[in-house]
Amino acid sequence: MLSITETEVVSFSQELISRCNEVVARYPEGKQKSALLPILHFVQAEFGWVSAPAMDRVAEFLDIAPIEVYEVATFYTMFFLQPRGKYVLEVCRTGPCCLVGAEKIMRYIEQKLEVKEGEVTADGMFSWRGVECLAACGMAPVLQIGPEYTFYENLDERRVDELISNLKSKQ
Amino acid sequence: MSRKLLLEHINVPGINTFDVYRQNGGYRSVEKALKTLSPDDIVEEVKKSGLRGRGGAGFPTGMKWSFLAKPEGVPRYLVCNADESEPGTFKDRYLMTYIPHLLIEGMIVSSFALGVNTCYIYVRGEMMPQICILEKAIVEAKNAGFLGKNILGTGYDLEMYVQPGGGAYICGEETGLLESLEGKRGTPRIKPPFPAVSGLYNCPTVVNNVETIAAVVPIINDGADEYMKIGIGRSTGTKLISAGGNLNKPGVYEIELGVPVEEFIYSDEYCGGIANGKRLKAVVAGGSSVPILPANLILKTVNGESRLMSYESLADGGFVSGTMLGSGGFIAFDEDQCIVRNTWNFARFYHHESCGQCSPCREGTGWMEKVLHRLEYGHGKLSDMDLLVDVSKKIEGNTICPLGDAAAWPVASAIRHFRDEFEWHVNDPKSAMERNYGLAHYADPLEIEVKG
Ligand SMILES: Cc1cc2nc3c(=O)[nH]c(=O)nc-3n(C[C@H](O)[C@H](O)[C@H](O)COP(=O)(O)O)c2cc1C
Ligand code: SF4
Ligand code: FES
Repeated sequence: MLSITETEVVSFSQELISRCNEVVARYPEGKQKSALLPILHFVQAEFGWVSAPAMDRVAEFLDIAPIEVYEVATFYTMFFLQPRGKYVLEVCRTGPCCLVGAEKIMRYIEQKLEVKEGEVTADGMFSWRGVECLAACGMAPVLQIGPEYTFYENLDERRVDELISNLKSKQ
Repeated sequence: MSRKLLLEHINVPGINTFDVYRQNGGYRSVEKALKTLSPDDIVEEVKKSGLRGRGGAGFPTGMKWSFLAKPEGVPRYLVCNADESEPGTFKDRYLMTYIPHLLIEGMIVSSFALGVNTCYIYVRGEMMPQICILEKAIVEAKNAGFLGKNILGTGYDLEMYVQPGGGAYICGEETGLLESLEGKRGTPRIKPPFPAVSGLYNCPTVVNNVETIAAVVPIINDGADEYMKIGIGRSTGTKLISAGGNLNKPGVYEIELGVPVEEFIYSDEYCGGIANGKRLKAVVAGGSSVPILPANLILKTVNGESRLMSYESLADGGFVSGTMLGSGGFIAFDEDQCIVRNTWNFARFYHHESCGQCSPCREGTGWMEKVLHRLEYGHGKLSDMDLLVDVSKKIEGNTICPLGDAAAWPVASAIRHFRDEFEWHVNDPKSAMERNYGLAHYADPLEIEVKG
């Protein structure tokens, strides 16, 4: 769901704008819309999620209609249209991972973080959700954490414990 | 030991860097192609090699290349499909992580062959680490004079860019991918026109899988004749198989096409058998979209011949008793796995990933998921199996892109081969909630008709 309550204008840093310009230069003249997905990734990495005002700013930057940004941001599963925890644990829930215990890992994470799929922990640190096959089925169960999309493979409860306490101490 | 053409140097320390890759013979094919061969020579060589697309459909690569339209004054594009989202498949990630220059080398030679001056590698967005690896490798190749203007002084110019996806399986379908690369939703296009005529920005475009492009390197280095010596029949060369599920040694293996399935599963050179001393119940041989086969049918064809890891042998028996090599995503199920649950999981996946353009796919995948869910959770009816087959038939062949078929086949084949397990879920839901159906008769020797 798009959040339409936000009205503030988002401003992009000079650094972000120069990275966006670099991407636009990869495509032929007039095809700057091709830069939309790369730029949405930059925005999410910078702000933690993709808000409506941020999308409007992207539209302005690329000289396209805001709807062209909304329809794309809502189509792709990687873009968060609402604020999430600082760390989003994305666990693969597709068949091959389930053969070796992915569902158990998801239940364990849910218990441990005490939040349901998609929700944020009270301290704002964590969210979790199931995602589809991450092309790592041989190292299952697996989870990834953006914005770098670091991988954690061959998960068991002990490794999940370690991971969560490491992330907690990182802040 | 299978000969290795792609992964030969994978264990050399530092092979991900330009210098080490180059010291191990890397970029020779670029020198050979740009300095001694014409673009048409390369296309001919690839045609002759018998290389078939490694992304799933197995279409002959040389033939695809020769369809590329060449109108005067219109740019052409090569787009590498590194979307790798087919459940069970993880070979492209492996290749890009450990030997990224092989892909870049293949992209340069292929681009030269196709008369392309700008090419893109479309990588699924979740592979940010691989995107960084590729971008670094591209800079290295450029600094060494293998990319950019006037490559190796031959006058050939090529720019290469990496494009991230946004998390959508449908962007692996080549026209969905092109839409996505144009900054739109990844909804597949109606064909014709095919990308070879009107692809990226309406220009002639070739889309090839990562492994296909990488295979061009040994074909140009050693020649098509050498390449054809490996493999069996129309399945030439080597293939990367990503093996997962209940195996002792899951991982990515480069096999010579034609290795017996039994050897692939049980020998120590490959998967080392089924994990935890269990028995094999079923296999999905080529990624989640291909028909699932019970143990007995994956090891032997109905004629009693041993089944081989090749396009033809895996497809032997058609959809009645065979399957497909697909993307090489090999998923092994041990005797404790529930086929109903897995079928529901796959149906859920396809419903989630349907782009929603065609009603048979959008609605049908949802119905299949719902019916399978009630079967799995003990509320199914005996008529549900026929209902599922009926829905799957109505999707198959009636959609814009093959995702519809890909959703239909796993369901139809699971019911075809494991019907009694589905019936057990209906007849004895209480037991089905408590335990699994087990191996049953799925590994029993096949009854072979003796031909008189
Ligand atoms: C739903 C769907 C998903 C696909 N996903 C991929 C993929 O992740 N990677 C890939 O190379 N091909 C994928 N394909 C196949 C591509 O459409 C296309 O055939 C392939 O990239 C061509 O390359 P090749 O000839 O080198 O195999 C997919 C096809 C469909 C219908
Ligand atoms: S078959 Fe499914 S995924 Fe493909 S175009 Fe139609 S609705 Fe979209
Ligand atoms: S099924 Fe989980 S990574 Fe492929």
